[in-house]
Amino acid sequence: MSLDFTVVPQFLDVILLGVLWTILITLGASVLSFFVGIFFAIIALYAPWFVRLPFRAFEWLFMGTPLLLQLFLIYFGLIQVGIDLPAFVAGVIGLGLHYAVYNSELIQASILAVDRGQTEAARTLGLSRMQTLRYVVVPQAVRDVIPPIGNNMIALLKDSALVSVIGVSELTLSAQQAIGRTFRPFEFYVTAAAFYYAINLIMEAVQRRIERRIALSR
Amino acid sequence: MTDTAFVEIRNAAKSFGSLQVLRDINLKVERGQIVAIIGPSGSGKSTLLRAINELDPLSSGEIWLEGVQINKKLPHRQYERHVNQVRQDIGMVFQHFNLFPHLTVRENITLAPKLLKGMSAGEANALAEQQLAKVGLMEKIDAYPSQLSGGQKQRVAIARALAMKPKVMLFDEATSALDPELVEEVNLVMKQLAEEHMTMIIVTHEMGFAESVCDRVLFMDGGVVVEEGPPEVIFRNPENERTRAFLRKHLQTNHNR
Ligand SMILES: Nc1ncnc2c1ncn2[C@@H]1O[C@H](COP(=O)(O)OP(=O)(O)O)[C@@H](O)[C@H]1O
Ligand SMILES: [Mg+2]
Repeated sequence: MSLDFTVVPQFLDVILLGVLWTILITLGASVLSFFVGIFFAIIALYAPWFVRLPFRAFEWLFMGTPLLLQLFLIYFGLIQVGIDLPAFVAGVIGLGLHYAVYNSELIQASILAVDRGQTEAARTLGLSRMQTLRYVVVPQAVRDVIPPIGNNMIALLKDSALVSVIGVSELTLSAQQAIGRTFRPFEFYVTAAAFYYAINLIMEAVQRRIERRIALSR
Repeated sequence: MTDTAFVEIRNAAKSFGSLQVLRDINLKVERGQIVAIIGPSGSGKSTLLRAINELDPLSSGEIWLEGVQINKKLPHRQYERHVNQVRQDIGMVFQHFNLFPHLTVRENITLAPKLLKGMSAGEANALAEQQLAKVGLMEKIDAYPSQLSGGQKQRVAIARALAMKPKVMLFDEATSALDPELVEEVNLVMKQLAEEHMTMIIVTHEMGFAESVCDRVLFMDGGVVVEEGPPEVIFRNPENERTRAFLRKHLQTNHNR
């Protein structure tokens, strides 16, 4: 049987819908992982031990177990305790929290690397600890950590394929659906790969743009 | 209320672990007075300055500003509120400027007034323009610190401190990180503040500047004030042998530069 890519356009609507879901999941989980990552970092660095320790356990859970298991736990497991999330929401939360833990590690290191003189200047003006963090330290820490966070987001894009296992028709699952009807795995997997690659390129372009815009503020 | 000078330091002592850095320091600064602190490196000048606004709290002793004790012993929360309040009255200028690199010059100046004095964006803007005009940097209002020379950075840092309308300004070697040709522009701004009768405590290595601007000079060595007096006495005719030795050595190295 020879390759025949002419079947692909017939399923373009299915594939494009998959692209859309993949973008939505990646975007949602990225935004979640960014803000929750900052929140986790601040907890890890500044919260009292009785707050910090439970968060440590939580971090361990997300770093030390497979993402697939985490998605199952959030989607199927939580139903037992009465939390019945739509698959898309469960996917965004699972991916988002998973990557929040990784982002938190980056942001913590970056916060600690902000020059002490910055905190001193802010406190000297009369800013409180919280105001100093919010307006002086965290913005600089986040700015410095944009390149590695960008890399995490690209990893997140690739991991978004895992959300297919809880039934979200994102790009990988859409390709599989098309294959189920045409029996042409090679053509549709290559098509899906091409779309992943395109999204990847767009994300890198956005990242470069952001980096250029903040270049002056160093 | 206790009867204290505008700025008053009483029996100040400070240790870092087992290292005693300040011992029994007493200092009175009247409103509008300008005091210079000189002395060899490691003598405790920065520590004393940083004690005044609680960056490095004293181990013992008292610091007063206009009848308010700055280093009051208070329960944690009250203490935080108290220092955040009193620090607004104490401007500090650092050797390495410590401008906020992620904010423009305008935002550097308006951040604290907006957050702490409830100023609107418009009011804060007018204030930023006013302060920048004073240090001669209006045209840099939308620049980032990375686009400024060292001298310009320090002038912005002074403008930022002044925007809080402090009662006293502390300068910790404000010009020692600058290239020699940029020192004068910062000195000029400080001289202008002197003419406006700003109360200032200035740690400096520039004896000429100290002599021309200050009302009083303290010579510190080994954590104590060895000698103090008017500049013409301290620089021309010091009594203490350590002061003489320091000045001799310092003038020599300055010549060699
Ligand atoms: N945070 C600190 N921890 C320990 N020792 C310190 C600290 N800050 C300053 N010192 C020590 O205190 C002494 C006085 O320092 P400093 O006040 O910076 O002197 P100066 O400003 O006159 O050069 C020095 O011996 C210095 O090493
Ligand atoms: Mg010093």
